[in-house]
This record gives sequence, structure tokens and C-alpha cells, in this order.
Amino acid sequence: MNAINKNEQNALARAVLEIDVNNHAGVMSHVVGLFSRRAYNVEGILCLPVGDGRQSRIWLLVNEDQRLAQMMKQVDKLEDVIAIRRHNADHAVFQDLETFFRP
Amino acid sequence: MTETLTGAQITVRLLERQGIRTVAGIPGGAILPIYDALGQSTAIHHVLARHEQGAGFMAQGMARVTGLPAVCMASSGPGATNLLTAIADAKLDSIPLVAITGQVPKAMIGTDAFQEVDTYGLSIPITKHNFLVSSAEELLEVIPRAFQIAASGRPGPVLVDIPKDVQAQAIEISAWPEPGHALTAQAAEPTLIEQAAAMINAAERPILYLGGGVIHSGAAAAAIELAEKAGLPTVMTLMALGAMPVDHPLALGMLGMHAARYTNLALDECDLLIAVGARFDDRATGKVAAFCPQAKIIHIDIDPAELDKIKTAHVGIAADIGEALSQLLPAVFQNSRKSWVDRSNALKAEFPFDLHSTDNPRSHFGLIQSVAACLDDDAIIATDVGQHQMWVAQAYPLRRPRQWLTSGGLGTMGFGVPAAIGAALAERGRTVICFTGDGSIMMNIQELVTAAEENVNIKIVLMDNATLGLVHQQQTLFYGERLFASQFRSSPDFIKIAQGFGIAAVDLDTSANPCATLMEAISRPGPCLIHASIDAEQKVYPMVPPGAANRDMIGA
Repeated sequence: MNAINKNEQNALARAVLEIDVNNHAGVMSHVVGLFSRRAYNVEGILCLPVGDGRQSRIWLLVNEDQRLAQMMKQVDKLEDVIAIRRHNADHAVFQDLETFFRP
Repeated sequence: MTETLTGAQITVRLLERQGIRTVAGIPGGAILPIYDALGQSTAIHHVLARHEQGAGFMAQGMARVTGLPAVCMASSGPGATNLLTAIADAKLDSIPLVAITGQVPKAMIGTDAFQEVDTYGLSIPITKHNFLVSSAEELLEVIPRAFQIAASGRPGPVLVDIPKDVQAQAIEISAWPEPGHALTAQAAEPTLIEQAAAMINAAERPILYLGGGVIHSGAAAAAIELAEKAGLPTVMTLMALGAMPVDHPLALGMLGMHAARYTNLALDECDLLIAVGARFDDRATGKVAAFCPQAKIIHIDIDPAELDKIKTAHVGIAADIGEALSQLLPAVFQNSRKSWVDRSNALKAEFPFDLHSTDNPRSHFGLIQSVAACLDDDAIIATDVGQHQMWVAQAYPLRRPRQWLTSGGLGTMGFGVPAAIGAALAERGRTVICFTGDGSIMMNIQELVTAAEENVNIKIVLMDNATLGLVHQQQTLFYGERLFASQFRSSPDFIKIAQGFGIAAVDLDTSANPCATLMEAISRPGPCLIHASIDAEQKVYPMVPPGAANRDMIGA
């Protein structure tokens, strides 16, 4: 147990999803609705427009789960989703935000 | 040449250009501009439903028999919420539907305005896609795209929510977009087809497992050709009934919870399962771990998310069924597979399906057989949901794709009558039978007057046991015979009800010659309700208890 520190445990248990979407009202609901209806908690969400603003990029921090592969397929099926990529939990995007989330 | 048109006129013109000739709906305040424009259309016939759910199922009936997207309309608020069940039903059965709803003016959205509801938010999880239109210009893109999305890939419902001010907004139009049609799906990967063919060629006891995707893809003939060439005993899901004629020598009928024993037992023995446009629904598989325990799996589906969702496939092919089968056919060997086909025939002989007392038209199976005897394969058979639905699925000789309309995935009581009306509107030349129960018909009975108004050629066969039959059955079998809330203490006089709504009605209970009465009622054009009391103690057998393995069937 002691050999695995908290960060390593997180890295094993979590995944980061990078999702390119069309930027309009409602897209976030489509994406996170797929998770909520399956009682699949989303631990972290980041979203900003990309380039000229016609597209956005959504970053999700989620728990590793045997359902994750199916979740990614379902997300990929959404009309407004252009691409979905999976990263390990140690991806920099959420780690750099820690200062904003101190208790 | 440019013309100045309102959003409402643009919507109607786009529907006309799309080839839509019938829409079902109910007007209300927030969709009145569209109805005003629709009233000026000479191309589109509007069918006035009496409840928006009825309109949704009428559109489903049209879509299920034609395979093309059909349109229903409702106003904002309760109009939209009433549509939701029919939309969710279309989602689960992959039926192409375009639902158009009125919405309060943009400036009032989010103010809890009169008849305002978040239609967009409510419809997200039950549509394939949805739109909230924010300008008249946007309609030119959104309406064709709604049809394209509904029809492409795995079909499904699309909702377009149009605020009233967008409907009223006038813009200049100089050019019209092309109508939206199904996009060609990605072709099957040839190396995967090769692997699948090799597995079929090497298999000793393969079974072909057809789902609704075979119907949607128009691939029933190709599926039969594959079965015949490779000697594949074939099972069908509820949604695929009709894909292979029931009396085809390789047909093993419907699989799953209410399959014949021989069907589930053959699946138990198979060493290769070729799933085509099927999604391993729990009612088909029973306990998944015990489903086809010895079998390798080939899974072909147009929706990649269905592959490996319930069962991991040894070969998973994401492609249109028809296209995949056209690649697969030349790669499989001609093989009569005599010993396995003999074995499946032996199972049929040893564990036959018991159509007890079929010669008595006052019994449930006898009534279904008597109705079938009045008709040929041109007839369309719709059902509601419940015992009658399963009995018809088990006993009606379905022989043609799109002959069979039933609410499979969602299992919506109330589906039957409006879906049958929609089917009859789309195919005026055919007789449409709607088998229903006394529980189901009450859930959309108001549409009887729509049937009268449209004078559609539907025959509603009401199998009346004065109970919620499947609930009654499960309480009897699994809840210690504690019957609660499943028996109606009061039943309406369905003959008077039908006559009161303006349609003909006959009662087989009081008929001296029920077969003759039935024949006379079915051959007379126009809507008719045929009432027949049946025994409430009859069960749908065989039955796989919920959660059990398919081999563990009870009854019959």
C-alpha cells in the first residue's frame, strides 16, 4: 500500500477525455447527460472555445470504469462531437489547475 | 427570383420539398404560425390527432411501413411533453422521425412563460439529435439536416424546437437547400469480412441471429440468401419478425423470453452466433453469461457503440447490414450443413411450440389464426403491448419485412391504434390489423375518432381479458399469486365506445359464427373494432423468468 502514493493511485483510477465539439448552447448537456444517466460521475470539467470559436474543446476527468470504452463510443456518436481522445490521469490539463481548487 | 417568406412558411416548404405528404399533430398557441402556413399547403395532408402521443405514434406507423422519416407536430409545453413517449419509443426501436414543436418566443424562453417547458433539455436523452432554432435562416440548414440525421446510419428520432418569433420572422429566400437524405454508411472492413467468412465456413453449429437492423437496412433478402447458402438455422428478435418467413425451413422463430423451447435450446448448442443488426437486448438474451455459452460471436451492426456493449464479439463489424452481407455472401461456402440442420429440426420436433386449440376462434391463439386466415401477406400487422403482443409474435405467420409494427424496446402500451392509423395513412391500399388488449387500447383510445375521421382501413382486434395480462401473469407466477392492481373491476362497453367514436364494431362473444363475423368485419373497408373476450388465466408460455438463463423456460 505504502508503495503507491495518492497521485499514483489517482493515475491508475482515473482517465482524462479530450472532446472536440461544435460550440453552441446545449452541447455540454448532450455530453454530460450520457454520464449522468448511467450514474457515472464526472470528477472534473473544463471547456473553452478553440480557434475562431466555432468549435470548443471539453476536457473531462472521469473515474476509470469498465464502462469507459462504451461511454467513449456513445460520446463519439453525438452529432456535435467531432473527436474524442483518451489520456492518462497524469495529463497536465487538470494538474495545472490545482491552485484554484484548494479547500 | 427571391421571395419573402416567414419561418413558418419556410418550414412547410422544406417539408414539401422533403417529400412529406402526411403529417400528424395537434396545434396550439406556440405553433400556430406553422399551422397557418400548413393550412395553405396543397401538398401536405394534416391528420389531427386527439392527443400528441397519438400523433407521435401515427408518424411512427408511417415511418415503420415506409422506412422513411415521418413527421409529427405539437405545440409548446404540454404538447411537447405529450410527444415525448412516442419519441422515446422511436429512439429505442431506431425509427426515423422528425418531431417539430412550437416554443414560446425567444425573448420569453427561461421566464416560465405560459406553456413553456424546456423541450430541448427534455428531449436530449430520447432523441438521436435535437435542435432549438434561433432564426428563420437557420431553418434552411436545420430542417434538411434533421431528416438526414433521422435517416442516416442507425435511424432515430430528431426533434426541432422552433420559437414562435422564429416562425413569424420573414426573410428573403433566393435558393433552397437540397432535401436531407440518408448518407451512405462506411463500408465493412474487408479483412473483417474475411475473418467472419472463415469463422462461418469453419463452424459446425452456427446460428444466424437477425435483429431490427436487418429490416431498417432493407437486407432481409440478403440475410435469407446467406442463411440458405451457408445452411444457417435462423432466429429473429421481436423487431426482426418478418425478415425471414416463419415457414422457411431454416426459420427457428423468435428467440428469448417468450421463444419456443426449440429456439432457445438450439441457441444453447450453437458454436457460432452471427448477430446481424441485433443488440443483445435482455429480453432476447436472458441471463447474458448463459446466452450461447459455447459460441463464438460475429456481430455486424451499423452502430459501432453496439459492438462489445453486452457481449464481446470475436469479430465486430461496424457497417450497413446490406453492404456487409453483400461482401460476406461470396466469401462463405455453399454448405447445407445437414447434421446441424437435422439437429435443429429434431429439436423442433422434440420441443414443438404448442398452439393449443388453434381451431377455436374464441381462444387467444385460435383468434390470431382466424384473423390470419382472413388475410394474405399484404396485410400489415400492428400490436399494442402485453400478452396479446407476445401471442401474436409467437403465432402470426409473418412473412414480409415491414409487415410487423410493434413497440419493442420501450414496450409502450398505447402504441397500437395510432401506429396502425399511421400505417394505413401511408399505405392506403393495405389492410392494417391492430391486435390490442383492453389495457393497451385505453391508453390511446381517443384516436378511434381520428380513425373515423380519416376513414382508414384498420381493424382493431381487441383481446379483452379485463386484466393487465402480463402483470397478472407475473404476479401469479412470481409474486405468490398476490393479484394487485392488475384486474379491472370495471370495464367499458367497448362496442358502444367504438360506435360512439364513429367506427363500426362487432362482438365475437355474441356472434353465432365468429369466423364468419371476423371475415365480414375484416373485408368491409374502413375502420372497425372487433371485440373478443379471452380467458384471463391464459399465460404467455414458454417464459424465461426475469434474470434466468434462456434454457430455463417454464410452462408449455
